[in-house]
Amino acid sequence: MTSVVRRIRTKLSLYWPLTKSLQTGLLLSTGLAGYMSARCPVTHWYDFLGLGLSLYLSIAGSTILNMWYDRDLDAVMNRTHHRPLADGRVSPGEAVRLGAVLSALGVALSLAMDPLYGLIVAAGLVTDVVVYTIWLKRRSAWSIVWGGIAGGMPILAGRTYGLGAIDGVGALLALAVLFWIPTHILTFAMRYHEDYRAARIPTFPSTYGFPRTRLAIALSSGVAALAIGLAGILIGIEWGFVRLLAVLSGGLLLLAVASVFKPAERLNFGLFKYASLYMLSAMVLLSI
Amino acid sequence: MRVLDRLLLLLTGLLAAYQIAVGIDGLTSVPIAAYTVAFGVLLVAGLLLLILGMEVLASPAVVIVSTVIPLSLSLGLVWERLPALRVAYAAFVLLGFVAVLVTRLIPIQNKGPVIVLAVVHGIAGLTITLLPVALALTGRAPLGFALVGLGGALIGAGGLLLSFLRAGRPLLSRESILKVLPGLLLLMTAAFVGGFHFG
Repeated sequence: MTSVVRRIRTKLSLYWPLTKSLQTGLLLSTGLAGYMSARCPVTHWYDFLGLGLSLYLSIAGSTILNMWYDRDLDAVMNRTHHRPLADGRVSPGEAVRLGAVLSALGVALSLAMDPLYGLIVAAGLVTDVVVYTIWLKRRSAWSIVWGGIAGGMPILAGRTYGLGAIDGVGALLALAVLFWIPTHILTFAMRYHEDYRAARIPTFPSTYGFPRTRLAIALSSGVAALAIGLAGILIGIEWGFVRLLAVLSGGLLLLAVASVFKPAERLNFGLFKYASLYMLSAMVLLSI
Repeated sequence: MRVLDRLLLLLTGLLAAYQIAVGIDGLTSVPIAAYTVAFGVLLVAGLLLLILGMEVLASPAVVIVSTVIPLSLSLGLVWERLPALRVAYAAFVLLGFVAVLVTRLIPIQNKGPVIVLAVVHGIAGLTITLLPVALALTGRAPLGFALVGLGGALIGAGGLLLSFLRAGRPLLSRESILKVLPGLLLLMTAAFVGGFHFG
């Protein structure tokens, strides 16, 4: 019995890093915030639980499938070579089965909850795994646009589930995430550009250079901040929260613009961290 | 950075966020804008200290950004409590900020930049410290409003410590200043939030 428990614990400790818990958690928070932004007059705990579970399974499943497909790249990158798949602690077959099962469960649950919601979840998964990872990631630096579209799906799905239909605010929220993703990914791509070069992955920094990448980050941060602010106003959040959102957006823009004019690695990584904190805070404010 | 410092900075940020979102509701537009800027700078500064560490204080931009807090706070106070001085004080805030900005961006060898900074910070700091205390003592505001003055005194103390440190003549060692700074920031923000709440 003890050995079974130990074995399960060992497996879970190996599987957990495959799900990129922080990234999955952040995307999950956008999905839940999207649902809360619909301001349903009655919210059942089982709806919320189902939403959280279906999104978690789909996001974690697609993340594992991505990691399965990219295991050769992970193995040559300093930052990722110690991941359980890259260093062989989890076999590719085991990982692809796990990813496929979690994804299938997530999509099946979301389809059972609401067909339109399930369709958006499935579209997000296909966009992320097939279009972004398998098709474009190794071919074009512009693949992040598709990564961004996939990243915007949880918030659109959550809101659609709350409303029962796709609306303009949902599209605006998805647009906000789409334009926030470059801030998140490109700051990372600049920090680890040697890793990406070693793995021969085309990124904005390697294709267009650092100055243009910083400009792209600043512009996309601006659009993301505008879209979130506008969505907040259209949702009807309290003016106090709009003020707070404006302040936090100001911080994001300040860092993004500062990194254009006074580039420094410390500032770049600060922007990466601030952007994550910004997105999480924005999701909380949209939910209240 | 110590865990305690991180916690203190996080609490400072949360208090500043509360003040922006809830604490200034019901005021007219100029004080709301002024307080939003003041507490917004505090919030973002707290987050940046958390993310980038205390080394961020070495940035030349800190002098300019730290001028915004006393200027905007004092503008909000004067606009709210001394209607007769609104226009004159708003002009001082605008000119004072531009003067600090210009003297920091253009390399000037004489003592001009220091004098400008001292005058602007001095007037704004005294306004934040003395005005709430005077209003509370004369019964024109609840006694709790004096806490805003305490916050003003604390921000002045923090500003002095950092200014002397940057000038190369520290009043306390660098380590001591960095050790007390998160606590000082939290106390100052708590005093402001409490003062506005009770006032």
